[in-house]
Amino acid sequence: MADKTELLTGLAEIVEEVAGVAKDDVTAEKSFVDDLDIDSLSMVEIAVQAEDRFGVKIPDDELANLKTVGDAVDYVAANSK
Amino acid sequence: MSNTDVVITGIGATTPLGPDVTSTWDGLLAGRSGVRALETDWAETYDLPVRIGATLAEEPTEKIPRVRARRLDRCEQVALIAAWQAWEDAGFALPSDDGEDVEPERLGVSIGTGIGGPVTLLEQDDNLEQHGMRKVSPLTVPMLMPNGPAAHVGIELRARAGVHSPASACASGAEGIAKAFDMIRSGKADVVVAGGAEACIHPITIAGFAQARTVSTRNDDPEHASRPFDVDRDGFVLGEGAGVVVLESAAHAEARGARVYGKVAGTGITSDAYHITGNHPDGIGQIAAMREAIEHAGITARDVGHVNAHATSTVVGDVGEAAAIRAALGDHPVVTAPKSALGHLVGGAGAVEGIATLLSIYHGIVPATLNLGELDPKVELDVVAGEPRKVALSAAISNSFGFGGHNTALLFTTA
Repeated sequence: MADKTELLTGLAEIVEEVAGVAKDDVTAEKSFVDDLDIDSLSMVEIAVQAEDRFGVKIPDDELANLKTVGDAVDYVAANSK
Repeated sequence: MSNTDVVITGIGATTPLGPDVTSTWDGLLAGRSGVRALETDWAETYDLPVRIGATLAEEPTEKIPRVRARRLDRCEQVALIAAWQAWEDAGFALPSDDGEDVEPERLGVSIGTGIGGPVTLLEQDDNLEQHGMRKVSPLTVPMLMPNGPAAHVGIELRARAGVHSPASACASGAEGIAKAFDMIRSGKADVVVAGGAEACIHPITIAGFAQARTVSTRNDDPEHASRPFDVDRDGFVLGEGAGVVVLESAAHAEARGARVYGKVAGTGITSDAYHITGNHPDGIGQIAAMREAIEHAGITARDVGHVNAHATSTVVGDVGEAAAIRAALGDHPVVTAPKSALGHLVGGAGAVEGIATLLSIYHGIVPATLNLGELDPKVELDVVAGEPRKVALSAAISNSFGFGGHNTALLFTTA
């Protein structure tokens, strides 16, 4: 299982690249949609990049459940190889 | 149809001559060329016969932040930049949480493009071929669709009276303005942000135009490659850019004390029904478009003092248009051909050239046609060459014709 702090840092870099949110603002409790203003199209791009970076599969029905940055970190931590 | 006067209160552009209207207009008056050697290796890779283009004077990413830019095709980027300028020039602020300067239900958009986003399509096809479907951007379709430029401007400015994107090849920008004129005349909107955009200089478009034998191959002398009406012309030069105007009902403009550049007094739109790329040999569609615009405006051919010609620098097209202008208007109008300096902005051309026509009336000066060394004897018109010409104008026509046999004439007058 990957270290969650490292996962958060990596995820924050992806979010900054795709959606332009400053890395420091990408914290565990933030909602992708409500707090970070990320739309469904950008979420798809973030998921694809996260899959490649962390060696994990994020099916669409799982992606829909990842409301916060922390949800995503937990999912990746639990499912990465 | 009411007799609502339609005025122009804002203008914006990003072109090969400059990143805004002022620099573009100054470039036209100064006789500068926006045509240059293409700084790419693909001309060599594909052994293209054309290695010149009228590329933008300023990269759109100078004005659009990185994350926003990556969600937009280049064609959408230039449309947005020109729209921002026109909107601000009209004295409007961008919509915010505090509200809007124009009631959204009374604001429309009409921004055309000739081709749209083929570069996005090709890039995403490369992603598909090389990396599989997972690497295809979810923004692929909204980036390549031809209504994308108009849609983005509509969202940005909060326009809810309808967003349109005429596609009539090289007449699209002019038809964008004509559609906007109709929207105001019919009472559908008070303000319409209108024009055209194009940005697809790419090996596939260059190769396609080259195979159709429509583009100049004067690769060793880019600045002199585009030479409408000149005896040595050999085709157009593909360019990129956008022009956008704010059209407004005269009553709306007057109520808010807006500065007015002039009026769109009439428009003419016809179709040749003849050939997919060639103009009708008798110019019937072009003549009819100019006549329609004049009748629409309730003036006579004699009143039209200036024609900003479509003239792309092709051997056949320029002579055909010259004959059509003589037939529709006579030989008195002072004529210029701005594609000599701008290159051919395809869907952006009619809008940028419409702005130039408007400014010729507003400032009383017609830019010279660049590279006009020896007028083709078959062009029996008063074409401005060498230096700009000062001339008091009350009405002028901007012509735009497109593949498919589209003919659009915009008639501008003083306010």
